Amino acid sequence: MCRLFALTSRDPISPMLAINALNTMKEGHDGSGVGLCLRGLGGRFEEELQGCPILSGIFTEAGLRRLEQYTMDHGFKSQYSILYTPETEPPEGTPVRGTYAAIAYKVPRGWKELTPAQQGQKLVEMRLELRKMGEEDGDIMVFSFWPDTIIVKEVGDPLEIGEWLQLGANRNLYARHILAQGRQNTNYAINLYACHPFFIEGVASMTNGENTAFIPIKEYLQSRNVTGYSGYQSDSEVFTHIAHYTTKRLGLDIRAYKHVITPLMDHEMADHPDREFLATLKRSCRKMIIDGPNCVIGTLDDGSMFMVQDRKKLRPGIVGGKDGIYAFSSEVCGIDAVIPDRDKSKDFQPMHLDTVIVGPDCKEIETCSQKDQLPRQL
Amino acid sequence: MLTERPITPSTLGVKDLNWQIEWDKDLCTQCGRCTSVCPVNAIELGVHRKREIKTPASLMKKAENEYSIFYGIRQKTDPAYACIGCSMCNMVCPNNAIGPKREEGSTTQKFHNDRGGNPRTRGGRRNSGESLLDQIKFMRISMLTDPALDAGRHEFRLNTLLGRVQSPEESLKTYQEHGWKPPVREIYPLVIGGMSFGAMSPNMWEGLQMGVAYLNEELNMPVRISTGEGGCPPRLLRSRFLKYVILQIASGYFGWDEIIHAIPEMKVDPCAIEIKYGQGAKPGDGGLLMWYKVNKLIAAIRGVPEGVSLPSPPTHQTQYSIEESVAKMIQSMSMAWGFRVPVYPKISASSTSLAVLNNLTRNPYAAGLAIDGEDGGTGAAYNVSMNHMGHPIASNLRDCYNALVVTGKQNELPLIAGGGIGKSGNLAANAAALIMLGASAVQVGKYVMQAGAGCLGSEKDRCNVCNIGVCPKGITSQDPRLYRRLDPEKVAERVVDFYLSFDTEIKKIIAPLGRSTSLPIGMADALGISDRDAADRLGIKYVV
Repeated sequence: MCRLFALTSRDPISPMLAINALNTMKEGHDGSGVGLCLRGLGGRFEEELQGCPILSGIFTEAGLRRLEQYTMDHGFKSQYSILYTPETEPPEGTPVRGTYAAIAYKVPRGWKELTPAQQGQKLVEMRLELRKMGEEDGDIMVFSFWPDTIIVKEVGDPLEIGEWLQLGANRNLYARHILAQGRQNTNYAINLYACHPFFIEGVASMTNGENTAFIPIKEYLQSRNVTGYSGYQSDSEVFTHIAHYTTKRLGLDIRAYKHVITPLMDHEMADHPDREFLATLKRSCRKMIIDGPNCVIGTLDDGSMFMVQDRKKLRPGIVGGKDGIYAFSSEVCGIDAVIPDRDKSKDFQPMHLDTVIVGPDCKEIETCSQKDQLPRQL
Repeated sequence: MLTERPITPSTLGVKDLNWQIEWDKDLCTQCGRCTSVCPVNAIELGVHRKREIKTPASLMKKAENEYSIFYGIRQKTDPAYACIGCSMCNMVCPNNAIGPKREEGSTTQKFHNDRGGNPRTRGGRRNSGESLLDQIKFMRISMLTDPALDAGRHEFRLNTLLGRVQSPEESLKTYQEHGWKPPVREIYPLVIGGMSFGAMSPNMWEGLQMGVAYLNEELNMPVRISTGEGGCPPRLLRSRFLKYVILQIASGYFGWDEIIHAIPEMKVDPCAIEIKYGQGAKPGDGGLLMWYKVNKLIAAIRGVPEGVSLPSPPTHQTQYSIEESVAKMIQSMSMAWGFRVPVYPKISASSTSLAVLNNLTRNPYAAGLAIDGEDGGTGAAYNVSMNHMGHPIASNLRDCYNALVVTGKQNELPLIAGGGIGKSGNLAANAAALIMLGASAVQVGKYVMQAGAGCLGSEKDRCNVCNIGVCPKGITSQDPRLYRRLDPEKVAERVVDFYLSFDTEIKKIIAPLGRSTSLPIGMADALGISDRDAADRLGIKYVV
């Protein structure tokens, strides 16, 4: 079973905190891989490069050259980059891949005239194009191309990988919202694209569990005509896309996400204040209902972070913290490792109806049950 | 046989018949029940003469013939009276002295089924025991990260939707603007398919309706039953039970007057309206209710004279193209109930199913598409249609589902698959396979008759006399002497029994696949088959 750990903090913090927390939960995962999503970046990305799209991925030397040519052709100028080519031997089980990169770009002239939606669309198209270029030769792997976002994925023990990549050493990698997952994908072949967290247009999520409804949901999302609903090396990637679809395409609050993936039973809905809306949502979003045992942790464009469970709550999950920093974890020992001085009585384990949200201000844990009235959505 | 007895081309011996009667002289009490119950008069009381040679012990006297007679059962060899293997004789025999036996080697009778130049008509479905659905395995069972669910303990939501489901964007817009929402019904995914009032006996119909009402009202299973063409009894039309009924109209519009006249007095809306364009057992043909079954009651309900055959035209006569049919029929039927009732067509699976589907996807009033495969049954059709025409349901359904996936309308337009589900008794497995291939619901007819009322028909050409009104169990007969054999209460009980067991079995299939809160529609990754061509064609895994 995977282990998940996410931190949301008012001030930028080191990603190694999250990796250390994963390490305390090591009994629960086999140390076969790690995935990191860093958002709300500090350092230079915050001070000088606000709004600049950041490309994160792994490149060979040839890949870097091809990337440079590609971005130049599109009028993108590299502003600042964190390039790290480890010279030491990689940890056991990790292949030698080349350069791990996070490159911030200055956008071409005329870009500002585009609407945010158009800009987003273009960035997604470029990311997919680069991914495709890399799939031919294996020299380019791109995990994200979006402002204020860095994603790192690798095979191997999370702690060893973190130390090998010196993730804690560079203060420009400090972030306010960190998602970390320990374990490589196990249901399909090992593939870095299958490694959590997944990211699309500001929405990132990672999942502990399995999605038994993968094929019908995948087919449904692919038929929505949304650029970026592709890939699907992992059965859990659809959770990210459903969150994206719910919040960005349907314009609903993240509280509605749980109603999409695990709607209430009819009798539970009967005396709900939003029953008409919920019935409409349940009916039309029926194809996105998930069944498998899942705990989903995600973060949105506005910096809020959430956790939801499957209907039967078959995967562990707990949220705790203090003013300024909160952690979302598979196990309580993960939170203990990072925020030992919190009020543990306020830790919250979401059950089958709950959504837990911590806003970008990191002030408090907000819990909402599916039985509660929703904020006005439409 | 006497030397002068003529032997004509159609003179058959008992050995030439498909079914032969085995009768035991020693066990027979000569009560006569078997001959009186035989629906096709295949057996008669025979007077048999017996010669015995009495040989005395000594040589003084010559041997003598002793003649005696005894009464017994004789099987007719005229193909018009050939035994149909229904085994009613055995069921009524107090001593188990008689019963039919299938003669596998004989095919001769086949060549003599066209007396008077009329090809054979019969009821039932294809006389072929093979079933692709039975070969499909469910194999996506995760033992690694996903604890299998427990069919007995977890909550399950097996209901499906019948009706046009708007896309999330559309439905939120409609909600916001308080616009017209297409009617959608939440139903149980196993629907009792159209078996008309006329084809079925009143007792059978009553039993089915009672079973359905019980399932809905006592067991909270939203089971629906289609009426089939031929109308609906006026009392049912005006009762609160109409909401469990899918009213079918077909090209003959039989019984439609009765329905229209009842509209102002209907207490509740029907579940849906099914417009029948085709049926899997006789694709391209209209319905056929032969004169034997058109008695006073049926004639009154259908609004026709008594004792005449009632063939529906093969297509709707008021329209000459599917475009027109879809546009006009669906709209006018929707309008009749103020756009509160889902209206959908039922077609035979064929190579043109996709064209029909394509038409429906762009019609906002189309509430679904029912497809009937080649194994679909009927009360009457020509032998040749039933055995040799039609398209298998699995691939046709899969094509249709995939076409919807391409346009992003999967399950927005529900597909209801039928034709051969449970033909070998594997109802839940066959239904689950079709659901995973893309059906939102499945419909069954013959299984309901077999399990619910003890229909004797099989894929070995057993019984299959539904068309001539002599159904030995009283299921498809309009003769009160026959249909009073069937107790409606018992039919209702059996219908409830098999629905409940279906419910358990389908949970036993989908729970290990990790599904419980939504029907696994289109979950083709769970399926495997050991036939490579079938695997390629259906887009499922090839496993041996």
